[in-house]
Amino acid sequence: MITLLSTWTFGVALGFVALGVFVSYKLFAFPDITTDGSFTLGAVVATVLLVAGVDPVWATLAGMAAGAAAGACTGMLHAILGIEPLLAGILMMTALASVNLVVLGRSNVPLSGVKTLLDRAEVALLPAARLLGFDDAAAAEAARLGFMLLTACVAVLLLYLFFRTRLGTAMRAGGDTPTMARALGRNTGGLTVAGLAIANSLTALSGAMVAQYQGFADVQMGIGMVVWGMASVFLGAALVGQVRLGGALLATLAGSVTFRLLVAAALRAGLDPDWLKFTTALVVLTALVAPRMLVRKQQASAAR
Amino acid sequence: MLELNAATVAFSTTGGPVVRAVDGVSLTVPAGQFVVVIGTNGSGKSTLLGSIAGTVRLDSGSIHLAGHDITRWREDQRARLIGRVFQDPRAGTAASLTVLENIAVAACRGRRAGLSWATSRSLRAAAAERLGSIVPGLETRLDQPIGSLSGGQRQIVTLVMATWHRPDLLLLDEHTAALDPAAADRVVQATARLVREHHLTALMVTHSLAQAATLGDRLLLIHRGRIVLDVQGAAKRRLSADDLAYRFDRLRSADQLDESASRTLTALYV
Repeated sequence: MITLLSTWTFGVALGFVALGVFVSYKLFAFPDITTDGSFTLGAVVATVLLVAGVDPVWATLAGMAAGAAAGACTGMLHAILGIEPLLAGILMMTALASVNLVVLGRSNVPLSGVKTLLDRAEVALLPAARLLGFDDAAAAEAARLGFMLLTACVAVLLLYLFFRTRLGTAMRAGGDTPTMARALGRNTGGLTVAGLAIANSLTALSGAMVAQYQGFADVQMGIGMVVWGMASVFLGAALVGQVRLGGALLATLAGSVTFRLLVAAALRAGLDPDWLKFTTALVVLTALVAPRMLVRKQQASAAR
Repeated sequence: MLELNAATVAFSTTGGPVVRAVDGVSLTVPAGQFVVVIGTNGSGKSTLLGSIAGTVRLDSGSIHLAGHDITRWREDQRARLIGRVFQDPRAGTAASLTVLENIAVAACRGRRAGLSWATSRSLRAAAAERLGSIVPGLETRLDQPIGSLSGGQRQIVTLVMATWHRPDLLLLDEHTAALDPAAADRVVQATARLVREHHLTALMVTHSLAQAATLGDRLLLIHRGRIVLDVQGAAKRRLSADDLAYRFDRLRSADQLDESASRTLTALYV
């Protein structure tokens, strides 16, 4: 029971990465590798501040802000200096590897004895979890999951509302068809910078949450996060099919949880954990190639 | 009023000579004039339009529009004054957004985007009225992704978007070239109607000599980056599509003569 709940909590925590990748990759068609670095950045900034005694809420928000700054930098590399999206992301990710190490001071810092956001949420939501019928040990985990779900739903709601405003709609238009947005007076470079800042603040939030949930920050923890996010986005889209913005955002979150559950099931069935990232990459590759193969097959049968 | 003053755009080909796509063009288009621009392939007519829209930088000369010197303005800044329709219906609209959301972006042209709702009830009513008056039935499709519309319908929505707030200049870059003849006809009619109703200053590039003969108040024929024919009023009305075809052929054969001459010279002296 507790393992299942914890799998869920982790899935939702990583769902913020998926939401970030949804913004950068789906809305802006920008495969943003900064994600790997900004996930760790969010974790290390929050961890260092928590260890220094800063309030968990502020520490987490500071992590998000750092992620937003990193995303904005990648955006500017692309929009101002004209560097290709992939290369801009690689440059930032590489630079962040140093930044993360310097900020954290060493490769791994535990959060033992520090009150985290999740500890606080646990205290607040424990009565509610007991009321729902969870027993003592499971109730604590259920409370943490409840908090994570609440935060994720707030994030989805805020994203949904934002992307329905004039500015948000202009950003979606700029990501979809830059020629159109520019012809209608929008500075597409600026929109990309803002979009990547939003995307990477979500990724950094995920890093901060994961660090506080697992009780430590590690400079390696971000490796493969962009691929994880893409896998979640694709899986979410496969779960619900063609939907509008709100549905797609919720599906992305669901995709992350589903993918985490699948991973847990695979591990339990005997998958060597060393092969985890390989499997994730394979899933994304399949999701990228399968639709094209299907289309080709349909075209071939239509031609016959 | 649009004013081009000795506008020049030069491209240097690798190893080859500098090609002047727009070669010292001076042009004054008074407010409310509908100008049709034609020219052979590579004549520079699209570059001319691009230099006005801001996608191509002038190497020398200046552009004034509605009292502003826009020579150094960025493309998105010029959009405050200019409405545009592209050749490719996909370039002028965002496929994943609904028809109404596309119009919402157009309704912010030249304004701050801000955090108010993109699609208000009043915008929906205005969009339904404007679209429905041009293409009956289109007003029922406001909530569908614009990618689900046909190319012709998308171009008409793009026209409505470009003229949502009256632009000081409407630029139409072969906006019917990608459509089938029936759809092209409908888009041309919608264009003529919008230009007339809103008294727009418009510059339309077209490949269709029939359109060039029948539409607009003034006709420009561009060749090698220069205006070689500029007629308006009664003279423009007298021009038939056949006259234009004849002039076109003469320009093309002059090009071929030049080419064979330069090849002979190269063979002799290089």
